[in-house]
Amino acid sequence: MDNKESVNKSIKNKKTANQSKHNAQEMALCGILIALAMILSYLESLVPIYMAVPGVKLGLANLITIIALFRLGLRDTIMISVGRIVLSSVLFGNFAVMLYSLAGACSSILTMAIMKASKRFSVTGVSVGGAVSHNLGQILVAAIVMENARIFYYMAVLVLSGTIAGVAIGILSIYLLKNIHFKS
Amino acid sequence: MKVYENNKGEAKLNDKRKATKQDVIMILLLLIVSIIGILILYCNKEPGKYVDIMVDGKTVTTLPLEDDTEYALKQKLGNNVIRITDGRVAVVSADCPDKICVNHSPIKNVGETIICLPHKVVVEIKQDK
Repeated sequence: MDNKESVNKSIKNKKTANQSKHNAQEMALCGILIALAMILSYLESLVPIYMAVPGVKLGLANLITIIALFRLGLRDTIMISVGRIVLSSVLFGNFAVMLYSLAGACSSILTMAIMKASKRFSVTGVSVGGAVSHNLGQILVAAIVMENARIFYYMAVLVLSGTIAGVAIGILSIYLLKNIHFKS
Repeated sequence: MKVYENNKGEAKLNDKRKATKQDVIMILLLLIVSIIGILILYCNKEPGKYVDIMVDGKTVTTLPLEDDTEYALKQKLGNNVIRITDGRVAVVSADCPDKICVNHSPIKNVGETIICLPHKVVVEIKQDK
């Protein structure tokens, strides 16, 4: 365990040393991941899920967030998420959509970063935490904006759907993390 | 473009793949809490305040659920008798051929309906007038 941690540390140190060197490469990588995340959320929107509660979705874009979190670190993850949300809101949505998405992204990234740092959860656990906190963050903003507490009616359904979607995305992420490595 | 690299030294990276005990506990807890929540919501449906009686999409009358009454709906397609008891609405008799509306269990929650297709009658529970 000690040995493994020291290896982890040395990798991290190497990464920070390399970060300044490979700034351009890092930027390009972030750009590619933003594009990928946008495509994934667009693909997802092509498959309509008819549910009584709005907000039930798989969250394919979370795949990119998780890969970024586990491979690139928190700073790049925030950059990729915010970049994706701002770009897709400007291109396809409106200000309200951006507000909801940002609220969801903030709470989910925060939760996932804390869960990952605690080293007690696997990729699947982090994914589930991210999905559920994303839904909760959005519902909180919706309740504030609409001044309607009846929105909490949806909460139970969204926690359930978030858990299921989180497990699915977590399993997908494990396969992707196994096979994708970014050269640093 | 050589951005991706499949290297065999992947075990060095600090991502955990096997589900931990905490994972299982968290997922089970979330599932249990949400399913209990859904069940509670499902059981505590909101009782309505009014009943709308419509023929062919047009509201004929709206009655409050708090008064126990009987309403005889007479129209050229046929007759239906609608009774309100203890906030529940039922069609007690009708001269339609299939009697689906009469056999329908009483309704009381917002959005529930009893429909008599041959007479084009819809009885629906509403929250407001």
